[in-house]
Amino acid sequence: MSLLGRFGSLADPPASFVLTGARVVDPGDGTDAVRDMAIVDGRFVRSDEVGADLPRVDASGLIAAPAFCDLHTHLRQPGAEASETIESGTRAAAHGGYATVCAMPNTEPPLDEPARVAFVQSSASRASARVRVVAAATVGRAGEQMSALGELAEMGVAGFSDDGAAIASPRLARSLLAYLAPLDLPLMEHAEDAALADGALMRGGQTATRLGLSGWPASAEVTIVERDIALAAETGARLHLTHLSTAAALEAVRRAKAGGLRVTCDVTPHHLAMTDAWVAGDRSFAWEDRDQAAQPFGAPLDPSLAYDGRCRVNPPLPSREDALALLAGVVDGTVDAIATDHAPHAAERKAVEFANAAPGMVGLETSLSIGLAAVAAGRLELGRLLATMSSRPAALIGESRSLSYGELADLVLFDARARWQVDAGLLASRSANTPLIGMDLPGVVRLTLASGRITYAYDLAPLS
Amino acid sequence: MIDTPRANLPVGTPTPAASWRQRHLLDVDQLDRDEIIRCLDLAAELRSLRKRRERLDSLAGHVIGLAFAEPSTRTRVSFEIAATSLGAQVVELPMQASSATKGESLIDTLLTLERTGIDTVVMRHPASGAPYLAARATTLRVVNAGDGTHAHPTQALVDALTLRDALGTLQDAVVAIVGDIGHSRVARSDMLLLTALGATVRLTGPSSWTRGFEHWPGVEVHPRLEEALEDADAVMALRVQLEREAGGGVPSLHEYTARWGLDAERMRLARPGAPLLHPGPTNEGVELTAALASGPRSLIGQQVANGVAVRMAVLTLLAA
Repeated sequence: MSLLGRFGSLADPPASFVLTGARVVDPGDGTDAVRDMAIVDGRFVRSDEVGADLPRVDASGLIAAPAFCDLHTHLRQPGAEASETIESGTRAAAHGGYATVCAMPNTEPPLDEPARVAFVQSSASRASARVRVVAAATVGRAGEQMSALGELAEMGVAGFSDDGAAIASPRLARSLLAYLAPLDLPLMEHAEDAALADGALMRGGQTATRLGLSGWPASAEVTIVERDIALAAETGARLHLTHLSTAAALEAVRRAKAGGLRVTCDVTPHHLAMTDAWVAGDRSFAWEDRDQAAQPFGAPLDPSLAYDGRCRVNPPLPSREDALALLAGVVDGTVDAIATDHAPHAAERKAVEFANAAPGMVGLETSLSIGLAAVAAGRLELGRLLATMSSRPAALIGESRSLSYGELADLVLFDARARWQVDAGLLASRSANTPLIGMDLPGVVRLTLASGRITYAYDLAPLS
Repeated sequence: MIDTPRANLPVGTPTPAASWRQRHLLDVDQLDRDEIIRCLDLAAELRSLRKRRERLDSLAGHVIGLAFAEPSTRTRVSFEIAATSLGAQVVELPMQASSATKGESLIDTLLTLERTGIDTVVMRHPASGAPYLAARATTLRVVNAGDGTHAHPTQALVDALTLRDALGTLQDAVVAIVGDIGHSRVARSDMLLLTALGATVRLTGPSSWTRGFEHWPGVEVHPRLEEALEDADAVMALRVQLEREAGGGVPSLHEYTARWGLDAERMRLARPGAPLLHPGPTNEGVELTAALASGPRSLIGQQVANGVAVRMAVLTLLAA
């Protein structure tokens, strides 16, 4: 048995088999029961209506749920194929239980015009997950001129974003939202004021002060969030705020939603679980009780852990209070989606001085594990976790996630109790830039189906 | 203080404490109280041996690389004299000229040095934390000679020795530090070291330069200079980075000097005779008056003189 399971692609023939004994959790209709599931030619059918000749898979002890949907993925193709490709990135997605990823446009060249979007779309036809392109909102992501929004919308893009930066000009942001409103596609905003964040290396606070690293103020995020909400209110457009990292920004979204605006948001697994203290070498999750040694002044900095470039991410890892506020936002539903911001980087771009480390970490293959760690700690309901990773993000990009009969199967089957030690050799991604390497986490994906095709199967006779 | 002499040390050279556990000196936070005191005692001892022009060669056969990726005169020279006076061979590594500009990574540069037989690297680097990267990615012994705005452990040991000489002890002493704390690696290492030796550190300066330190153990932040100076046992002025002043923090140098500049009258708020320190180089007329810098309370000259002895002690302890 290889370390990783067997990968398939969307070009494979649709699957037919019967899954027996799984605990079926469908947050869409509230299902949570042990029952058999049958899939014939890629579609869910009643298990008592299928022939005895179908392969039967013993899934007892495992959880079956709608496959996940990632609103924020960097596939790095075109331009940085050494760190990720559409093939490797969608394999990472399949390994993580995802049927869909939304590819962010900050490639080289950026996905800002129809031919480039078409390249990604056609390259993805044999991928291991559906790829929905998020097109650049402005030409060259330069923040000056709108890209061909209407034409791109007709190509089925999931939304528009200059991710990596906010739309700096309030006037252009307003024009974009006004133009997008009738297209019913969201502006997916990386909310960060460039001037406030200029030179910042980690979240401002006690740890940044201790480490002598320039601090990123929470105001850098909330000022853009508040500006955009005001513009969304004026224009009636859809606004999606991605990778929120501060309690203040989340509170602004909560108010906007209460006011009936079409404002949605996502948070990343790392902003839920990790804190700014990780930059100093702490490796406890935000919700865990910590001892004195984990405080910024509690122990000498450990040279094997401190200033680890893999902890540099943008927006930076939050304060513990903000991480817990984000988790509370998932629990109460203010957070529409957990999105990975999967950002592969070659090892040499991380094994450098912290100030020179490329920001970002991979996330597709560890997001379920982080979520399950929060569930195991009693901080999150399983159904809420699954909804926030599958049906709710899918709905934002016009996809359904349902285990109902007749639907093409987007399915994940996982063992919530099995644990694994995160290791570069266990990641399908071409990159392994995450401080989770070496940590022991719960949750092993055993089977993923996208559009009725088996995209990943691990140790699951007779499918793998 | 003097243990059994060891074969490789001349008679009279103090032997490193058996309890010294450090392979690198990255910051003073890694030193326990015994190690700090051992280091200061050894520095004092080496200082008097040097004064008597005793020949020392405890580092004979060692090759020490000076990797300064940032301009520095006094720290670099002080390490160089310390190493050569202990018999080590010193190699100056042209960090800025060769590596950084060619895109060679810090690790690549250091691994190359490692293969040439250098066993210890003394590093000055503009990025906070760079010595930690060097320590985990190479087998070199790493001495931090100042990293970004994070730490300057040998300067803190110099300051502690200078203050201990002047005050007798740092236990329960009050040391006021004035200036741009936020951008100061010296201030951070001083806070860790002086509080570990029982002192209280008072910080003062424009709030844009002192904010964020309120929760640092053993440290008080005072918005007003006068509060910080009142009955202080010692006062330290930090260098105002003239190039930074324009970018933020204070309206003007003139306003800084008017509110936080040290002069004889303000020093009267401190304990009578309280010494004045400055890690150098000074901007006379900005953070302190020229008269104060060269006056009887100034220990700035002693700090420089102690720099060599402290770095000799550090290199000796790390090589043991």
